[in-house]
Amino acid sequence: MLKNVIGKNWPVLTLGVALLGGLLAPFADKSTMPGFYVEVLLGGLMAGVLYSLVALGFALIFKASGVFNFAQGAMVLFAALAVARLAERMPLWAAILLAMAIMVVLAWLIERLVLRPLVNQEPVALLMATLGVAYFLDGFGQTVWGSDIYSIELGIAKEPVMILAGLFQGGILVNKEDFVAAIVAAALVLGLAVFFQKTPTGRALRAVADDHQAAQSIGIPLNRIWVIVWSVAGFVALVAGVIWGSKLGVQFSLSQVALKALPVVILGGFTSVTGAIVGGLIIGVGEKMAEVFLGPVLVQAFDLAGGGIENWFAYMLALLFLLVRPEGLFGEKHIDRV
Amino acid sequence: MFYRENGQFKSTYASDQQMLPILQDRIFMAALLVFAFGAVPFVVSDYLFLSLVIPFLILALAAIGLNLLVGYCGQISIGHAAFMAVGAYAAYNIALRIPQLNFLVVLVLAGLIAAAVGVLFGVPSLRIKGLYLAVATLAAQFFTDWLFARVKWFTNYAHSGSVQTAPIEMLGWKIDAPVEKYLFLLGVLVVFTLIAKNLVRSHIGREWMAMRDMDVAAEVIGIRPVYAKLTAFAISSFYCGVAGALWGFVHLGSWEPLAFNLTLSLNLLFMIIIGGMGSLLGSYIGAAFIVILPILLNQAPQWLGMRVSTAMTSHLELMIFGALIIFFLIVEPLGLARLWAVGKEKLRLWPFPH
Repeated sequence: MLKNVIGKNWPVLTLGVALLGGLLAPFADKSTMPGFYVEVLLGGLMAGVLYSLVALGFALIFKASGVFNFAQGAMVLFAALAVARLAERMPLWAAILLAMAIMVVLAWLIERLVLRPLVNQEPVALLMATLGVAYFLDGFGQTVWGSDIYSIELGIAKEPVMILAGLFQGGILVNKEDFVAAIVAAALVLGLAVFFQKTPTGRALRAVADDHQAAQSIGIPLNRIWVIVWSVAGFVALVAGVIWGSKLGVQFSLSQVALKALPVVILGGFTSVTGAIVGGLIIGVGEKMAEVFLGPVLVQAFDLAGGGIENWFAYMLALLFLLVRPEGLFGEKHIDRV
Repeated sequence: MFYRENGQFKSTYASDQQMLPILQDRIFMAALLVFAFGAVPFVVSDYLFLSLVIPFLILALAAIGLNLLVGYCGQISIGHAAFMAVGAYAAYNIALRIPQLNFLVVLVLAGLIAAAVGVLFGVPSLRIKGLYLAVATLAAQFFTDWLFARVKWFTNYAHSGSVQTAPIEMLGWKIDAPVEKYLFLLGVLVVFTLIAKNLVRSHIGREWMAMRDMDVAAEVIGIRPVYAKLTAFAISSFYCGVAGALWGFVHLGSWEPLAFNLTLSLNLLFMIIIGGMGSLLGSYIGAAFIVILPILLNQAPQWLGMRVSTAMTSHLELMIFGALIIFFLIVEPLGLARLWAVGKEKLRLWPFPH
């Protein structure tokens, strides 16, 4: 029994052991403080939740329309800019609602002007088209909303809070805002899961994801479904944009956050919502750990001009993982037929 | 009209298999080469050479490299500027440490190093394909970005992290005037295009195309995927490595660590999409398009008599760029080279429609 389980899954198990080893490696250095370690771990988890949010947008669109949406980052930036600028003139909740309406219109326009003429094209062509959308949105957003740095005030205290001071020496510093972000993300994921599983629209979405033609033949309107999917992705982008924006400030670099979410998607599997979340957590923790604990070691060993390994660590991790398991953590296994 | 092959009979295998089987094509190509080598140096100004022609030639070379991989072998890469970076830094370090080496040798060595790195990052293509591979190639991009910015040895411990190349001298020929750079680049490009053209119509090119069209079927008829995919990665990276070295030495002269960033990678991809995947001509057209477009967009408001702020211009540039890409994808998904091919076909049949 045990042998069977191991026999089939040994690559994944090996990788799991390696990851766990990496997780525990900092303790090889005696001077690592447990409190600090937990702090880094928590920081990684928080960042991971935010990556998951962006990755979720990718996974949703890929699942339902087979399009790898490179414009997700641009959508995050666009939504964040909209909220930030609208909030200067109206209360925050109204700004968010209005921004959501804008995202729906945007989704409709993308479906109408980009996806529909390109239906049945190769995935590469569609990927390129979304790159075009990304460029357009980057330019358009900054033309309409301005290109300075803006801020979104959520009304949550930004001061770090000390918790578990009794358990660890020095306690653990946690940002209250991060905590709220994590809860919002979890709620969003739960909501999406219910939406996908329980509502008629959600069922239609899953049908389209399974087989476009079959779905269409039983009367599911493909075009409307795509508008809905892109709207949902727009909504996820909006949430991600508001949270990232309040954390980092709304500026052009926000659209680069999506690049961090790409390894999350391939790690988790393109089609899997669960994968986006678990992948996000793994990447978030791995990245922070690598930056904090592995970075200084590398800098010392190779005489580097500074760390910054978090820029590529996620990609390398995902790449190694794909070598072992090409369809990602939760992706559907692909069988080739001639 | 003039372009038809009536009466051109092929009586030997050699004439049947030649690269340009139609006489008019050969005449056109010869005229083009004479024009490029003989006329262009006298009519084009130094400014145009530096701002348009030289970047165009180098990017065309890189686009050919990427096209070999994406257009012919079907393996998408969004990180090919990484191999240009490898080529540029390899050339810089070789030229720095062995100054007496001929620049052509430096170029080839830089290309070979880029090819080795390309094979390394091509290994995942044996397991993963399609969009997964596309994202995985980004690893090459971000890793090299970091490597050349952080590891001091590559930049010879320069404080700012930017490097400066020595002037190029080859067999007593000092290449520094724009015209000389142009002629040198043109020579390199002609040679490399010739090699690429012959590669894609030889057995190796056919293997690539079989891999692209259906990898499982190709494997069934006896094409080794490891060999086909890795050669594609190696040769493609070789081309991009050489292009990167030329970009650094001939075009930039000195460059920052982020000269070969993701934007350049994406631009390369746009070149072959707009120009035409699986077409060498398309690489040229795409490169020309991408080089000319930003300059046109910059100048257009002035010609129209509008005053637009620089920030606005850059945003408009992004918007128009994005819109044009979508437009081209919708109108002609096979690229501009396809229009050229259609035009030629029409001419051959003229005055009949079919």
